[in-house]
Amino acid sequence: MTMIKKLTLSALMALGLGTTGAMAAGAEGAHVENFDYSFEGPFGAYDVNQLQRGLQIYTEICSACHGLKFVPIRTLSDDGGPSMPQDQVREYAKRFEVFDAELDDFREAKPVDHFPKSSLENAPDLSLMAKKRAGFHGPYGLGINQFFKGIGGPEYIASLLTGYTGEEKEQAGSVFYENTAFPGGWIAMAPPLYGDDVEFADGHEADLHHLATDVSAFLMWTAEPKMMARKQAGFAGVVFLTLLSVLLYLTNKRLWASVKYKKED
Amino acid sequence: MSGIPHDHYEPKSNGEKWLARRLPIVSLLYDTLTIPTPKNLNWMWIWGIVLTFCLALQIITGIVLAMHYTPHVDMAFASVEHIMRDVNGGYMLRYMHTNGASLFFVAVYAHIFRGLYYGSYKAPREITWIIGMLIYLLMMATGFMGYVLPWGQMSFWGATVITGLFGAIPFVGESLQTFLLGGPAVDNATLNRFFSLHYLLPFVIAGLVIVHIWAFHTTGNNNPTGVEVRRGSKEEAQKDTLPFWPYFVIKDLFALALILAVFFAIVGFMPNYLGHPDNYIEANPLATPAHIVPEWYFLPFYAILRAFTSEVWVVQIASFVTGGIIDAKFFGVLAMFGAIVVMALVPWLDTSSVRSGRFRPMFKWWFALFVVDFFVLMWLGAMPAEEPYASFSLIASAYWFAYFLVILPLLGVIEKPQPQPATIEEDFDAHYAPKAGGTKTIVNPAE
Repeated sequence: MTMIKKLTLSALMALGLGTTGAMAAGAEGAHVENFDYSFEGPFGAYDVNQLQRGLQIYTEICSACHGLKFVPIRTLSDDGGPSMPQDQVREYAKRFEVFDAELDDFREAKPVDHFPKSSLENAPDLSLMAKKRAGFHGPYGLGINQFFKGIGGPEYIASLLTGYTGEEKEQAGSVFYENTAFPGGWIAMAPPLYGDDVEFADGHEADLHHLATDVSAFLMWTAEPKMMARKQAGFAGVVFLTLLSVLLYLTNKRLWASVKYKKED
Repeated sequence: MSGIPHDHYEPKSNGEKWLARRLPIVSLLYDTLTIPTPKNLNWMWIWGIVLTFCLALQIITGIVLAMHYTPHVDMAFASVEHIMRDVNGGYMLRYMHTNGASLFFVAVYAHIFRGLYYGSYKAPREITWIIGMLIYLLMMATGFMGYVLPWGQMSFWGATVITGLFGAIPFVGESLQTFLLGGPAVDNATLNRFFSLHYLLPFVIAGLVIVHIWAFHTTGNNNPTGVEVRRGSKEEAQKDTLPFWPYFVIKDLFALALILAVFFAIVGFMPNYLGHPDNYIEANPLATPAHIVPEWYFLPFYAILRAFTSEVWVVQIASFVTGGIIDAKFFGVLAMFGAIVVMALVPWLDTSSVRSGRFRPMFKWWFALFVVDFFVLMWLGAMPAEEPYASFSLIASAYWFAYFLVILPLLGVIEKPQPQPATIEEDFDAHYAPKAGGTKTIVNPAE
């Protein structure tokens, strides 16, 4: 009982900054740079090539420790995503092993399976990373700039990947790496990318900045796979309702015309 | 149903007569839709329709979401992701439902402030007001429990903090808290009962909405002048009113369409703006988030809850007088609920004989300050519990109570109200020239 009371009290005391929840965990002092993505703004769309490059970076580097447990592998062929051909997705799935409860054994993954979860206990799952971190909160903590820039989740990831200073410290037997984007400034993850860590089939640039942008764009897609359909639905809704408003405005004016007469004077 | 004299439905065909003798449902619908409505209603009288729409939207999207959601601590978070990824249109349903809650509260606050300014709570509309306050309380309970269902970090810790408030009640608090949670801490039992109640309460709200409408259809709408519709005869009443259909239905639908255009822009382009990123992290009882912030619509009352710390002299006196039974935490809880109680009691706290704020020169300023106070409290609720915010919170909370308990009772005595129009017709004609040859009310629309 007393522990719960203490928890409640500490929770009561740990109070929020930032209006309307626009404040994110991980903003104090940490620096999040504004990267440019093709999917920003009301009309922004994912860049299919970028998502595929991001998938390659994730597969070759991130997936060694991190998982994407909420993402079904089959969605790699979805429209509005990496849009890979289905046979390629089937081929791709085989590189993962998943546990099959029916077989009571591990087997090659199929497109219907989800990506495996993190293999390293302390490595967080990356499925929703781009939505559980917000890089932008301004102006004045109101977060209005999210309308133009997005919530800043992918920016946070890219800033983190490029934010290593090279400093290290050892604490209680673990090594921590200094990072300008990570809250608190010291992160347990060793720098995962240095530049030219992967080679793209189309010869696309693979310096650190490009890799960080590509993989964070891919992680935005894993967090919000229906973003493009959502924006289209939103746009259709706004257009339809604006037209309906105009028609209703005119109807209303005509209806009341027999009741409201403009004053002569 | 209505106290204002007007034409009633007369069954004409044999079929209609047959039905009317057995169930007068057509008559009920007719009288409800054609209720005489003051013709001078302004744009602040559109929120009722918006609120009704919100309730319908939340119930419809909610029922479909419930078909795909799993109320279990191990599966709730994943089932929400399943809705977002695999269910057809699931992402749209969920974003409409979460943002729909915000639209609901925007509308209810506008509706409440409209009522407070134009004195809609005054006799004979006290019951309408009280029912409205009950609906508002149930909305807050429903909103809070709904926010727990995705089982993210804010869900879990928000539930822990809010149910902890009940634990602050002396003597029975801990048992009450355990009873609410279904165990010693927020866990599967809590999630299950919150899901059950989150599904139930909207239907209770729907029932109360019907009573709310019934009540004000009995007294008639208030209007910006606060002057009552003349009821001496049907002809007299018709000079002050227009039938709800089509005049106000079309007007309200226009406003609703405009508001929904903004709503769809938010749902489509920035659906997570009003949410907290931490709620995309699955609930973890072992990791407290750096900041626990309630949803924006709770922030003003959250600020009042936190304002009364043990350093405040009122709290110290209360603690001394009650021999420590009322400590700072319990005082905060009392203040938070008290803030809503004083609002619910406003029909008896406002002593002015004039209904509408339009004719109350001093009230206008105190009311404007009250609206500012509400937004200041909302901002303070999101700020950390440290100086200078703590002092600001105390001042802003004090004004909230002073407005209801001191200013409104006193104003009725010291204020000299301005002259009111004798009739609604007079007010309407002052804005719109009467038809040549005197006012003639159009009962049927042109079409």
